[in-house]
Amino acid sequence: MNNAVQLKAKDYKSAVKPIWCPGCGHFSVFNAITKAMAALAISKDDTVMISGIGCSSRLPAYVDSYGFHGVHGRGLAIAQGLKVARPDLTVMAMGGDGDGFSIGGNHFIHACRRNVNMTYIAMDNEVYGMTKGQASPTTPMDWDHSKLTPHGPGVRPFKPAALALASGAPWIGRAYSGNPNQMAKLIAQAVEFEGFSFLHVMSQCITFCPEQTDWKAIVHERGEPALTDADEAAKLFLHEDGFQTGLLYSERRATWPPESAVPQSEDALGQLAASFRV
Amino acid sequence: MSSTHLSIAITGAGGAGVISCGELLLQAWARLGGRGLLRKAYGPQIRGGESAALLKLTEDERYTAADHYHLLVALDWDNFSRFEDEIQLGPDTWVLCETGAEIPAAVLALQPHVLEVPMAELAKSAHPDGRVNMLALGLLGGLLGLPVDSLCQLAQQKLARKAEAYQDAAVASIRSGCAQSLDCELHPPALGDTGTWYLSGNQAAGLGALEAGIRFVAAYPITPASDVLEWMAGGLEQVAGQLVQAEDELAAINMTIGAAFGGVPAFTATSGPGLALMSESIGLAVASETPLTVFNVMRGGPSTGIPTKSEQSDLNIALHGLHGDAPHLVLAPLDIADCVFTTGWAVQLAQQLQTAAIVLSDQFIGQSTAVVSEPRRCAAIASAPAEPSAGGDYLRYKLTDSGISTVASPGDVDQRFTADGLEHNEKGTPSAKHSDHQQQLQKRQDKLEQFDYGEQWAALSGSGPVAIVSFGSSSAAAAEAAVQLSASGTPARTIALRLLAPLQTDALAQALAECERVVVVEQNHGAQLYRYLRGQMDFQQPLHSYAMAGPVPLNAKHIAQFVAEVSAV
Repeated sequence: MNNAVQLKAKDYKSAVKPIWCPGCGHFSVFNAITKAMAALAISKDDTVMISGIGCSSRLPAYVDSYGFHGVHGRGLAIAQGLKVARPDLTVMAMGGDGDGFSIGGNHFIHACRRNVNMTYIAMDNEVYGMTKGQASPTTPMDWDHSKLTPHGPGVRPFKPAALALASGAPWIGRAYSGNPNQMAKLIAQAVEFEGFSFLHVMSQCITFCPEQTDWKAIVHERGEPALTDADEAAKLFLHEDGFQTGLLYSERRATWPPESAVPQSEDALGQLAASFRV
Repeated sequence: MSSTHLSIAITGAGGAGVISCGELLLQAWARLGGRGLLRKAYGPQIRGGESAALLKLTEDERYTAADHYHLLVALDWDNFSRFEDEIQLGPDTWVLCETGAEIPAAVLALQPHVLEVPMAELAKSAHPDGRVNMLALGLLGGLLGLPVDSLCQLAQQKLARKAEAYQDAAVASIRSGCAQSLDCELHPPALGDTGTWYLSGNQAAGLGALEAGIRFVAAYPITPASDVLEWMAGGLEQVAGQLVQAEDELAAINMTIGAAFGGVPAFTATSGPGLALMSESIGLAVASETPLTVFNVMRGGPSTGIPTKSEQSDLNIALHGLHGDAPHLVLAPLDIADCVFTTGWAVQLAQQLQTAAIVLSDQFIGQSTAVVSEPRRCAAIASAPAEPSAGGDYLRYKLTDSGISTVASPGDVDQRFTADGLEHNEKGTPSAKHSDHQQQLQKRQDKLEQFDYGEQWAALSGSGPVAIVSFGSSSAAAAEAAVQLSASGTPARTIALRLLAPLQTDALAQALAECERVVVVEQNHGAQLYRYLRGQMDFQQPLHSYAMAGPVPLNAKHIAQFVAEVSAV
């Protein structure tokens, strides 16, 4: 906790060099995370970045904090275990759309429902990049660039914000890799929020989805205060184009775990053992 | 007149209360200084299926399942046929049942002594809400000479959360049962010292884990492991620990990894199918050197198999189920009381060696309850001296002589690192270089192989030209077989393995010195331990396999016969 000197965003970067392709949207997310950390003057020693597997999941090693790069799809489970065991830490989980919505889909909905006080940044490029360009749960139905699904996945893509809302997430925001300053502000808000904050980041993959450079023209800020009513948010998330950014929905909800009401005794172990005496 | 043991089976439809009846009987018996085991047999249907409380009152604490019953108390005969394999009756068996109930022909064919008692009527006249299971408890208490007040008090204690009228009905039923005089001759074993404990293996494991420092549990329910987790939920609250009910086993194992990474000793419990789901991430714990304990209560497999009954068939997956070269710890408690020791030891070893420990219990010792002398505890393992770490240049996976590196946890000042399941260098930075891979593989193997596990790797007993090698719960039947063999002039020694991986091959070879023959005893179809041992070391003696699938418990007499037969060849 040697934060006597005000740290800059670059001070939160480790010496490890990112493996991302030139032009990858994840550089921008990385910059936004470190900017948010600097803005919050967050302690490097008390912050943990946790991820699963995929291009975006490489991010923890690039941040000069504690980190855990786990297995595919399970970053949220590791993060929740850590935060429940160590509520004193700031915990941020991150990963891609395949990691979070496909193999890790069950953890995503239950993390929304459980509402542990942590932040989850899903870096969505609508493609499995690390395995060289297969369709993910957010890929458009007719995207036919993958040899695995040469006619397109033919399956309706997930709407991650709608899924998060239906699962009970109390804080839902969206950012775009082309606007790192707005993203940094949203990340800072997400970290400060008391509860599970889900930031959906449209983070382009120009290697496998060069058409995503068109996002620049489509993305628009919502520009209105966050919705606080779940009914209204449901309408928004079901009918929107998926490209509006900003803090979209926020409500206060009790976090988990609740404070224990069980009185503690110094000899609790002795008493537990004694309960087995005949 | 007393005998070495008295076996009593209480059977009835699921929900009829046979388990409660058996538990209260054994607790009252224990209060007098008696020893005994209560095995619980259930069908998969929770209410309306079949259940049996299988009691064995004994002189000592060498608890094997009974292979013959002196008394059968049938609260009803619904689905009794499902227990035909497990409850062996004979002409010397007393069968106590409801007056006028139709006794199955298969039971009558064995010509047991039949005692008909109007249990329903007696219960009803004792109290309008009288319970047949409590009436039967009273009858049994009378037969064994148990103090009626003790039975009533134990019943009230058990029913403390129920309405007063419910408790009154139980007490009235017990008193009515105790007051009956039955023409039945039973020979209970001698009583021993009081001051005993009464608990199940699953509870014992939970206690061992908490005493060894576990303060985080992630839980996903599965039979027959759920009761470890349920007991720990209550226990953890008392010691400021946390339990999370996870959405699946994949989450449970990864939550334990997260907590352990935070420096909080972490634990999960499961059974075969759950262990299979957890396997990928146990590999992550090995690679990232994150300590955790997975307590696996084995049941019949593969797949859903026989979920409510015992088998030792997860040895293969526990030993070999991880991908890549992933050395880890595998241990097995030898009996109910030993669940305290072995679980505590596993937790400490996992912490000390920064790896995953898989503990193999099973339904037999997990869900059976027993009267035991105060369980032995695992002494605290002295921590290896931490290698000093240069400030600001912390090497989480530093190569050391012992293979053990210092661990920092989030919050520690200037020791930041990213733990990784990717192969990495000493600092933790991902690396696909051959030299880093080779060094880290060697380090993770060295730390397990160079550690001094002491005398606890196995329980050794007896001497003689034949050695019976077992692991976990089959050790009780192996020990009983050795006693029978010694009594018939074929002295046998027993080696009950507590630490299965890394196998202590030198110590095992030494324990087999001057031994002419080895018989490997286990409760599975595939002779998993036998094959493992053959793969791990060269034996100087012939090695024989006695492997029997569950769910019928291993039978000491049959083991002794097998040993005698192979020795005679």
